[in-house]
Amino acid sequence: MSWTRYAAPQLFYPLAGKMIPWFAALALLLTAVGLYLGLLVAPTDHQQGESYRIIFVHVPAAWMSMIIYLAMAFWAAVGLMFNTRLASMLAVALAPSGAWMTFLALWTGALWGKPTWGTWWVWDARLTSELILLFLYIGFMSLHAAIDDERRADRAAAVLALVGVVNVPIIYFSVKWWNTLHQGASVSLSKAPSMATIMLVGMLVMALAFWMYSIAVALARTRVIILEREHNTRWARQLLGTT
Amino acid sequence: MNELTQRLATTPQGSGSWSALHAVFQRDLRIALRRRADTGSALVFFAIVVALFPLGVGPEFGLLRRMGPGVVWVAALLASMLALGRLFADDHADGTLEQMLLSPTPLALLVLAKTAAHWLASGLLLVLISPLLALQFDLGSEAAGVLFLSLLLGTPLLSLIGAIGAALTVGLRGAGVLLSLLVLPLCAPVLIFGAGAVEASLAGLGVGAHFSLLGAMLLLALLLAPLAAAAALRIALE
Repeated sequence: MSWTRYAAPQLFYPLAGKMIPWFAALALLLTAVGLYLGLLVAPTDHQQGESYRIIFVHVPAAWMSMIIYLAMAFWAAVGLMFNTRLASMLAVALAPSGAWMTFLALWTGALWGKPTWGTWWVWDARLTSELILLFLYIGFMSLHAAIDDERRADRAAAVLALVGVVNVPIIYFSVKWWNTLHQGASVSLSKAPSMATIMLVGMLVMALAFWMYSIAVALARTRVIILEREHNTRWARQLLGTT
Repeated sequence: MNELTQRLATTPQGSGSWSALHAVFQRDLRIALRRRADTGSALVFFAIVVALFPLGVGPEFGLLRRMGPGVVWVAALLASMLALGRLFADDHADGTLEQMLLSPTPLALLVLAKTAAHWLASGLLLVLISPLLALQFDLGSEAAGVLFLSLLLGTPLLSLIGAIGAALTVGLRGAGVLLSLLVLPLCAPVLIFGAGAVEASLAGLGVGAHFSLLGAMLLLALLLAPLAAAAALRIALE
């Protein structure tokens, strides 16, 4: 029995149904632990005071906004190359989560910027790129919505996602390209992080929680898309109780 | 039209592709020249948008000199969006696009020929009148020259990126707004480096880095954008 048999929407539907509670439970648990660490255990920052605590939401949301775009482009590309319906559905299901994460990152960034920089918004390279990423998500969803034929919509949106994927590395490296107001990355793999360990642990736990949340929501959305597109098949009719 | 269809369909040895590309390029250019009102409207739009900014922010030259490069660049970006809708729409409506898909000449090359003709009839005109607009913003001859060169490098890039969006939205209702929504975010780096070059020159810094980045992006777009646009056209017409 090969795992690729789950590429059939009919078989993926119950599988996703079984996985969703686990990912949702993990998301809740990790959020509880992460918020406990971040809001109660982690010490007050000697420069930024309490306002720095927004990073426990802001940084994971910003990470997810980029990772989801890559995941979306990956599944869109798989759908385009192998003509698998499920991969395209996954890409479509990921887009709203990604847009939401991007919006969350921008919003929490504004909330953090007001007490720290004294302004809600600066035209910094990273903020601007994140805003462009939000427009790319909206473009993907708008293009998909504008085309009536689902398969054509999937494939056209996939081309757009692949074109836009050039933008994601630009976002990440923009910090190095333009030396501006935004503080440089505090977390890097090559040198010791310049933040207290407990803050880092809290942030990583929250990042994992965001991962689990995004997976659970994307799976739930995929199930809805499967039912929507397959509602004329016999298995879907049996499931829905319609004849 | 019949001649074009014939040239698209035949495959004489050796120069077959070239003949088809030449035919497409010449035809698109001829159509653009015969529809002077269409071709000219994007140009007038460009001039109007630029003229609106001093009305909006006030006529002080100090402020206008600071804003000039960015204003002209944003207006060029918007004007080239306006012209893009026609890139594939007419050929889609009369079936020529299907002939191109069936032609033995690679579709990506045909897209490149169409985009080149489109740029000559839209982007190049914007470049040519840009020194005049630079005068209105009191930019000085050196900055005006840099603006001219940055637009000369940048507008083909806008046409190439725009071709992808035009191919993706061909035949859709409300294609115009959607096209801008898809293409404008992708054009942001072009705007940053294009307007940045003029600002660097105004600040007395070197413009080499900006031009190098624009040139690199242009080469990359020349290579990849026709392929992406061709893929999008195949999806649109399958």
